[in-house]
Amino acid sequence: MRPSASETNTRPQTETVPPRPSGHDHHGWLAPAGFVALIVWSYRGTGVDLAQLVGLEGVRQIAAYVGGLFPPDLSWTTLQDAGIGAVETFAISLVGSLLAVGIAVPLALLGARTLLYRGVLFEARPLAPGVWALRIGISAGAKALLRLLRTIPEILWALIFVFMVGLGPFPGVLALAFHTGGVLGKLFGEVIEGVDPRPLEALQATGAGRLRIMLYGILPQAAPQFVSYALYRWEVNIRAAAVLGFVGAGGLGQRIYVTINLFLEHQLLTLILAIYAMVTLVDALSAYLRRRLV
Amino acid sequence: MAEPVTHFPASPSKSAFPYLLGAGFLAVLAWSLYTAQVDPRRLFEGDALANAARFLRGGFPPDLSAEFLSQMIRPAVETIQISVVGTLFAVLIGLPLGLLATSSLAWSGILHERRAAMGRWVLGFLPYAVARGLLSVFRSVPEYVWAFMFVRAVGLGAFPGVLAIGVAYGGMLGKVYSEILEGVNPRPLETLQAAGASKLGIVLYGLIPQALPSLVSYTLYRWECAIRASAILGLVGAGGLGQQIELSMRFFKFDEVVTLLGMLLCLVGAVDFVSGRLRARLTR
Repeated sequence: MRPSASETNTRPQTETVPPRPSGHDHHGWLAPAGFVALIVWSYRGTGVDLAQLVGLEGVRQIAAYVGGLFPPDLSWTTLQDAGIGAVETFAISLVGSLLAVGIAVPLALLGARTLLYRGVLFEARPLAPGVWALRIGISAGAKALLRLLRTIPEILWALIFVFMVGLGPFPGVLALAFHTGGVLGKLFGEVIEGVDPRPLEALQATGAGRLRIMLYGILPQAAPQFVSYALYRWEVNIRAAAVLGFVGAGGLGQRIYVTINLFLEHQLLTLILAIYAMVTLVDALSAYLRRRLV
Repeated sequence: MAEPVTHFPASPSKSAFPYLLGAGFLAVLAWSLYTAQVDPRRLFEGDALANAARFLRGGFPPDLSAEFLSQMIRPAVETIQISVVGTLFAVLIGLPLGLLATSSLAWSGILHERRAAMGRWVLGFLPYAVARGLLSVFRSVPEYVWAFMFVRAVGLGAFPGVLAIGVAYGGMLGKVYSEILEGVNPRPLETLQAAGASKLGIVLYGLIPQALPSLVSYTLYRWECAIRASAILGLVGAGGLGQQIELSMRFFKFDEVVTLLGMLLCLVGAVDFVSGRLRARLTR
């Protein structure tokens, strides 16, 4: 408790303001202190020398490197290569994102508790205990699968798929589809479980069955958010697709990997500019589609 | 026989847009499928299945020997440390640039009502435009590319990882900070101004109290992302678990890969948990 004079004067205590729990004040300073300790420990652990960075040496190294990138190589062959890479990256991101939606929707439907075993849908006709338990299991299984899919980062999926099907853009597509499928599946599931229950209850009151409640109550509420999330992940995926090539999964990344390793700095800058252009283009496209569709 | 009714005046406009969009989309999709060389058959050909089987057979049981685990503690710890310091750097980069890139702080709106147009333009708009451009470049280049470049510039280890997260996430934080600051409710600011508060007063008592929870919450969210990033930046030589995963993958030691993936899962889960708890407290 912090009984300060001014506070009690301006805002007298009433029954509607419950007293703060006494444990609260401990956490009040404990969390920041822990946070500072975490930062100090990490700072020492990473061996980062901020003084060195700010004090010329690090800055000079970085400045020298960045300076060496200029001017970009704008010869026809490099531009052509960058163009092909950019197109490939775009294709990987688009197909990967769509496949991800294809993975996410069924798993989200299977994982959504409000579709499988609880909530408005099951008020009129409760499930038999055996079916109920089975459905809890299905939901938990789908959620666990989604967690696994999204915890493994795109680039590790790419590593695995390159090992399976060989080099090229295809393993990149699969990598994006698996990771993004996990992310979107979780988001879609949250959307489904979070829809406003009142329209569903209204439908139920008119005698609609489970399928009708899903089609006319849940789907119309969820669909715009599905589209919005899918577009958002597409924006994320164009960035990801640009680097999957580091492990051999096609696109601009593969070319960047080569130019960095061969110290072709001017070509590297051209490729980075190509990434910048692709990212900007997809952001604009996505914003446009969101305005038109959602 | 009466003419069939073909035109309903009250029906929604028959725009060609959905069809054009659909057709364009299908065309782009078909062409993308071709460009990306998508061929599901390749997944079920002998090689792919054999390789998958090899991965799974080699991966289970995972390598849980005390020797390997004790060797991997250091990279796991390093992954956490890189994410923390990287996020700190990102704040150090994103906050000043984000403040400059906030139109309501830099050149427009209530804080600048009484300033001459010329001064507003030179002192406000130019830094604003430069900061926006920088943030856009910082966040458009993916963190892996940054890491790769910083490895070249300052050598292998944790430092390039920290710098990469700092720059790439600094760009994202700066943009979101500026959006949060621009999106605050203007009425408290106007009230303060009407009460005669100075500009600093308006910022301190009107702007910051409204924006702070969102700013901190978004920063914590970025930290969650940073631990994923720092775990894999190692693939290009920037320390942490990623470097180990790449090595194990390269030597086909799939039992080690599965162990490392498990460690990554635990790390990410732990950070999500801590960060989620903190954010729940903040927004309460």
